[in-house]
Amino acid sequence: MEGVMTSRSGVLESLRAEGVKSISPDCSKITVGMATCGIAQGARGIFAAIEEEVAASKLDIAVESTACIGFCQVEPIVEVYLPGKSRTLYQQMTPDKSRELVAATARGEVKKEWALCTVEGTAEGIPAMKEIPFYKKQLKVVTRNCGFISPRSIAEYIARDGYLALSKALGMKSDEVIDEMSHSGLRGRGGAGFPTGKKWSFARNAPGDQKYVICNGDEGDPGAYMDRAVMEGDPFAVLEGLTIAAYAIGSSQGFLYTREEYPLAREMMDNAIESAKKYGLLGKNILGSGFDFDVRITKGAGSFVCGEETALIASIEGKLPNPLPRPPYPAISGLFGKPTVINNVETLATVPQIIRNGADWFSSMGTESTKGTKIFSLVGKINNNGLVEVPMGISLREIVFDIGGGIPKGRKFKAVQSGGPSGGLIPEECLDTPVDYEHLEALGAIMGSGGMIVADDKTCMVDMTKFFFDFLNYESCGKCAPCREGIRQAHDILEDICSGEGKEEDLETLGELAHTVKDFSLCALGGTAPNSLLTTLRYFKDEYYAHIKDKRCPAGVCKKLITYHVDPEKCSGCRVCIKVCPQGAISGELKKVHLIDQEKCIKCGACLEACKLDAIIVE
Amino acid sequence: MVTLEIDGQKVEVEEGTTVLQAARKLGIEIPTLCYNEAIQPYGACRLCVVEVIMGNVSRFQSSCSLPVADGMTVKTNSESVLRGRKVLLELYLARCPQSKEVKELCERYGVTETRFKTFDKMEDCVLCGLCVRVCDEVVGAHAIDFVGRGTERRVDVPFERLWDKCLACGACTYVCPTGHIQNEGRRIGQLRRNLGTERKCRYMLMGAVSSKICPNNYECWRCEYDQRTEYQLGNHPALALKTTGKK
Repeated sequence: MEGVMTSRSGVLESLRAEGVKSISPDCSKITVGMATCGIAQGARGIFAAIEEEVAASKLDIAVESTACIGFCQVEPIVEVYLPGKSRTLYQQMTPDKSRELVAATARGEVKKEWALCTVEGTAEGIPAMKEIPFYKKQLKVVTRNCGFISPRSIAEYIARDGYLALSKALGMKSDEVIDEMSHSGLRGRGGAGFPTGKKWSFARNAPGDQKYVICNGDEGDPGAYMDRAVMEGDPFAVLEGLTIAAYAIGSSQGFLYTREEYPLAREMMDNAIESAKKYGLLGKNILGSGFDFDVRITKGAGSFVCGEETALIASIEGKLPNPLPRPPYPAISGLFGKPTVINNVETLATVPQIIRNGADWFSSMGTESTKGTKIFSLVGKINNNGLVEVPMGISLREIVFDIGGGIPKGRKFKAVQSGGPSGGLIPEECLDTPVDYEHLEALGAIMGSGGMIVADDKTCMVDMTKFFFDFLNYESCGKCAPCREGIRQAHDILEDICSGEGKEEDLETLGELAHTVKDFSLCALGGTAPNSLLTTLRYFKDEYYAHIKDKRCPAGVCKKLITYHVDPEKCSGCRVCIKVCPQGAISGELKKVHLIDQEKCIKCGACLEACKLDAIIVE
Repeated sequence: MVTLEIDGQKVEVEEGTTVLQAARKLGIEIPTLCYNEAIQPYGACRLCVVEVIMGNVSRFQSSCSLPVADGMTVKTNSESVLRGRKVLLELYLARCPQSKEVKELCERYGVTETRFKTFDKMEDCVLCGLCVRVCDEVVGAHAIDFVGRGTERRVDVPFERLWDKCLACGACTYVCPTGHIQNEGRRIGQLRRNLGTERKCRYMLMGAVSSKICPNNYECWRCEYDQRTEYQLGNHPALALKTTGKK
C-alpha cells in the first residue's frame, strides 16, 4: 500500500509544481474576480476587454478568473501580478479602465489611483491588504483561497496545501480523525452550532453498512451568501472536507445539495468532482488507501425549508420537503433510513485545515465556547458590504463600524439583524457583545448561517419585522400548525399595526403568539421564526407604541402613517419634484413654493429622493 | 423496561413506547388531532406537545413521536404547556371555526373564542395528514397527498382529478377527524359511471377478501359484505387488517 501511495503522491507533487507556476507565472498575470457578485457588477465585460486588449497587442500577459475576495462593495475587482514586484488589487473597474490597466501592466507599472491594496510585495503609495480597514480585523481561514486561486484548477488548490489533509487523514484511523475534530471544538456553521466531532461519532457508532454524508449548500437566507462564495471560490476544500467526513464515519456515498439558484457554484463543484476523480482523489481506492468514495450533486427545489436537515433528506429522497420530528436524529436514521451526517458548506471547508494544522491550532482561535472563525455577509445600510471572516469573540461593533465602515450618508445606526430572517435585531447598546453562539442567543438573536443585515435610523423596526414574517409565511412548509397558522396571524397583526389599525392588546397577543410558535413548532424554522418579533418587542417597543397609540411611524416608512409636505422655508421652486412625481400630485410655479396634494400622493418618495434642498418633509 | 415520571407519577413501560402511550397508560389525557394508533406518528398538530426534562435540560417536544427514556420527567400540564396549547387551539379555531372536533377540544381546554382572523369560514381541514398517511402507509395506494406549502397547503389528488390509484376504500374518510375528506363517495360514483369489464371490489383491492367481482354495480349499500365488515371488524377494514397483521 505504501508503494501505491508514493506513486500517487508523485502525481500530487507534479500538480503542486504546476499550480505554483500558474499562481505565480514568469510573465505578468491579470486576474478578474468572476464570482456571482463580480459578474453582477459587470466582470464579464471587463474580462472580455482585457482578453481582447492582450490579444490585440500580442502581450505576454496571462489572463485568469478567480472568485470573490469578499469586498463586494468595490466590485468588479481585478488583480494584477507583476513577477518579482507585487500583486495588487484594483477596485471598481470598468472595461475602459481595464484596457488602460493592461497597457500599464505591459510596461510593468502599477496604477496607484485605482488600486485598493497590495496582496503581496509592495508598491509605492498603495497600502497592503492588512492595512486597509476592511481587511485589518479579518482572519481568513475558510476563505483563505477565495479570490486567490482559480477555483477551476485543482493544481492551484494543491499548490496552496490542498489535499495534504486528506492524505494525512487517510493515514490515520477514523476514530483518530473524529477525536481530532472533537478536540478542535468546531461547531456546525449552518446555524445550530452542534459540535461536528460529536455528530460524526454518533454516525460512526450507529449500526449499518451503508452510511451517507451530505454537504448542505441550500443557503436560503435573504442577503446571505457565505456558502455560495466558498463553493464558487474554493470548491476543492468543500470536497476534501466531505471526503474526510466520509472516511471518518465510514461512508462511500456523499451528496452535495445546492440551490437551483446557484448555477455557478454548481458548475464549480461539478468541475471539482470531475478533476478530483481524474487524479484519484475521489472514486475507487482514493490515494491508494483502499477507501472508496463518490459524490453526487442534488439540485434543490427552491424552498427555504430544504435547508433543514430532515427536510433536505426528504428532498433528496424525492419526497415533499417536510421536516420530521426528532428523535431519531439523521446521524442514526437519515437518508433512506441510514446513518447520515449533514454538514454545512462552511463547516466542511474548515475540516481540511483542522486536520492539516491540528486541533490545537484551530482551538487557539475564538472564545471559550466557540472556536475558530466565522464568515458573515455584511449587507444592508453599511458602507463596506461584503463577506467578512472574523475570529469568534470579535465584537459586533468592530464588525459593523471598523470592518463595515459604519452607516452610509452619515445616518445613525439603529440595529443589526444577526442570523437572517430567523435571527434577532440587536440594538446599539448591545453592540459590544462578543460574537459567539451563546452571547448572540442571550441577546435573543442567533448566529444562524451568518447573515448580518444592518439597519439605519430610516428603517422602521415594525416594518422590518413584518418583512421577515412575510418571508417566513411564504416559506413555511405548512406541516405543523403553530408555524403555519401562527406566522400568518402574526404577520396580519403586524400589517394592521403598520397601517395604523393596531390596538394596544395586539402587543400582548403578539408576545403570546411568538412564544407559542417558538416552543411548539416542529422544526427550527418555526422554532426561530419569532426571534425578530421577540427582539423588536424587547428592544424597540417604543416604535410599536408610536404606531399604535400615536399612529405615527418614527422612521417615516409605513405609508399609511406618513404624509409628505413641502418645507416653505427651504423650497426654491425649482420644479424638480413636480417632474418626478408619477401622480402629478405636486403643483406650483417656478420660483414659488410648491404644494403636495395629499389626495393624489401615493407616498412613493420620488420627490424626497429628487429634492436637492431637503425641502420635502416626511411626517 | 424504562422508568419515567409523568406529572409526578412514576410509570414503567417497555422500551420503544412513546411518551403519549405511557401517559395514556396512566390515564393522563393529552389532546391530539393527527395521532392514530395504526399510523406512524407525524408530529404535525403539535397539540400533544409536553415539557420534557432530561438532566438539567427542559424542552418542548411532541409526545406522540418521542420515545421514552430512563430518568425522563414529563409535564403534560405545566403552565407554559397550557398557555401554548390554548394559543394553539385559538389558531385552530380561527382556521376551522365550524369544525365540531375543534370546537370540542377548545371547550375542553377552556378556549371560548379566538383573537385571530378567520380567512375561510367554511374551512374544515386541520391538515393533520391522517388521510394522506393512511392511504400511503396502511392501504398502500398513495392516491392523495399534500399540495402547496405554508398556508396554501391542502390535501388533494393529482391535478384535482380522482384516479385509478384510489381504491374507493374510504380509509381516508374514516380517519379524518373533521369530516373534510369525501373521496370515497366521489370515487365510487366515478366507478359506477364507468362500469367496465374489471369490476374489482374495493375490499378485494384492500386485501380484505381474496377475490370478488362486484355484482352490484358498485352500489355498496346492496352488498352484504360491505354491510357487515365494519360491524364485524369493529374498525375500518384497512386499519383492522393492518393492526391484526392479516395483510
